[in-house]
Amino acid sequence: MALFDELGGAAAVDKAVDIFYRRMLADDRVARFFEGVDMDKQAAKQKAFLTMVMGGPHNYTGKDMRTGHAGLVSKGLNDTHVDVVIEHLGAVLKELGATDAQIGQVAALANSVRNDVLSR
Amino acid sequence: MPALRCDGQSVPVEAGESLLEALLKAGVPLPHSCRAGACQSCLVKVTAGEPPAGSQVGLRPALAQQGFVLGCLARPEHDLEISTDAAAAASIRGTIVGVTPLSRDVVLVSISPSEPLSYRAGQFLTVLRDDGLARSYSIASLPGSPYLDFHVRVLPGGRMSQWFASAPVGSDVALRGPNGECFYDPAAVDMPLVLAGTGTGLAPLWAVLHDALRHGHRGPIDLLHGARDPEGLYLVDALEAVAGTHPNVSYSPCVLTGSVERTTVGALDDVVFGRYSNLAGHQVFLCGDPTLVQKMKRRAFLAGARLADIHADAFVTAPKPGVAS
Ligand SMILES: Cc1cc2nc3c(=O)[nH]c(=O)nc-3n(C[C@H](O)[C@H](O)[C@H](O)COP(=O)(O)OP(=O)(O)OC[C@H]3O[C@@H](n4cnc5c(N)ncnc54)[C@H](O)[C@@H]3O)c2cc1C
Ligand code: HEM
Ligand code: FES
Repeated sequence: MALFDELGGAAAVDKAVDIFYRRMLADDRVARFFEGVDMDKQAAKQKAFLTMVMGGPHNYTGKDMRTGHAGLVSKGLNDTHVDVVIEHLGAVLKELGATDAQIGQVAALANSVRNDVLSR
Repeated sequence: MPALRCDGQSVPVEAGESLLEALLKAGVPLPHSCRAGACQSCLVKVTAGEPPAGSQVGLRPALAQQGFVLGCLARPEHDLEISTDAAAAASIRGTIVGVTPLSRDVVLVSISPSEPLSYRAGQFLTVLRDDGLARSYSIASLPGSPYLDFHVRVLPGGRMSQWFASAPVGSDVALRGPNGECFYDPAAVDMPLVLAGTGTGLAPLWAVLHDALRHGHRGPIDLLHGARDPEGLYLVDALEAVAGTHPNVSYSPCVLTGSVERTTVGALDDVVFGRYSNLAGHQVFLCGDPTLVQKMKRRAFLAGARLADIHADAFVTAPKPGVAS
């Protein structure tokens, strides 16, 4: 079975998005990057993020990740922030019952676009 | 540059410009108010081409599927044909049958619709005057009542609200909608409800409160109404009566200054979040002043409410006349 389905698919993303987004807003290390005026729009983007790193269907390219995060890089986005995101991602997935092996696969997917996200 | 046609006429549009800006510049009088995607006054229908990215945010799925977009959010990137008639056709007529004061600066405006309108208590309608002035107002009455009731705050120099206040009883307006997600969900019958709003933000909360009671809501309902001073509160006696007769309803009027009996002094958000440090499992309704609504929405979410359980209407007003946005 594909990783995305193992993790529970779109329904799992729906469950994870509130918990994940709340953790981002509550963590002073990264909160400033997520201070979108419109919370619903921000949440939709978190959902896109979760779907992508959980191995779900998406159309994002490395170039999209570059342009999507370029504004954040100019505000100081660096490796430590990616680490924080991956740390929370692991905690959320654990809360939803994922195994360590699955969490490792998700972290690897996130890391595979690290250079694009950081415009390197 | 994308080619834009509106109702069959070619309209010049500059890169990055919104449909609303382009149409107004070309002298097409598209109704509008907030210019920020909140009031849905500027609805147009895309008849050829793709709706521009992000131009359907907050629209009912039925409208979005038919190709309606918000003119103030739509920035065309490709050729587009739009119609303003389709949006106009989606409106009904209404006659103002009463304007009565509720407080120093709030009036109750009752409108008789020309045909029955299907809506959920707490949604909002766009009221269009015959000269094209459009403003959105939350419906304070319940489905089934003969009239649509609105609580209108009369603003100094306010174009629509001053017109309402001067009692044009018998005047006709057009009504478009309903829109908005601020309504009671009967599936939440056992959940605690927190209703918090400032000023005429009480209108949708009043409707949600009464709709919940009509559905036999069993969970606690806590209504907090904020105003600058006691004169800004209204329907106080009526709300105290509801709380007095329903053991699960509580009502807290809050003011910033000038304490009177049974009134809490403090900023509404501080009162709300002083009372609720954990909102997991609650339905939260937030209406009124846009800055406060955004702030409370964030705090409610951080306090554990699910985004899907937070229903908010920010009463975004039009930018000051002459100020381009
Ligand atoms: C979804 C939605 C629902 C709404 N529901 C309601 C409702 O139920 N009841 C209601 O009364 N309004 C409601 N509004 C606001 C309403 O649509 C109008 O914006 C409002 O009535 C002002 O319109 P106007 O033509 O009288 O004023 P305008 O001629 O548009 O002038 C408004 C001007 O007043 C200024 N202003 C804004 N707030 C204040 C203030 N507190 N004191 C002094 N000046 C101020 C603004 O800078 C603005 O330039 C809602 C708005 C939205 C988007
Ligand atoms: C680890 C790898 C990451 C991946 C795969 C990823 C993926 C995504 C995706 C798919 C989107 C949605 C893009 C869109 O549809 O517009 C997005 C947006 C966003 N991401 Fe990331 N992201 C990553 C890391 C980060 C980090 C580390 C931060 C900040 C700490 C961050 C902050 C944001 C923000 C704020 C947005 C919304 C931007 C906007 O408002 O347009 N992302 N990301
Ligand atoms: S939604 Fe476009 S003007 Fe208000």
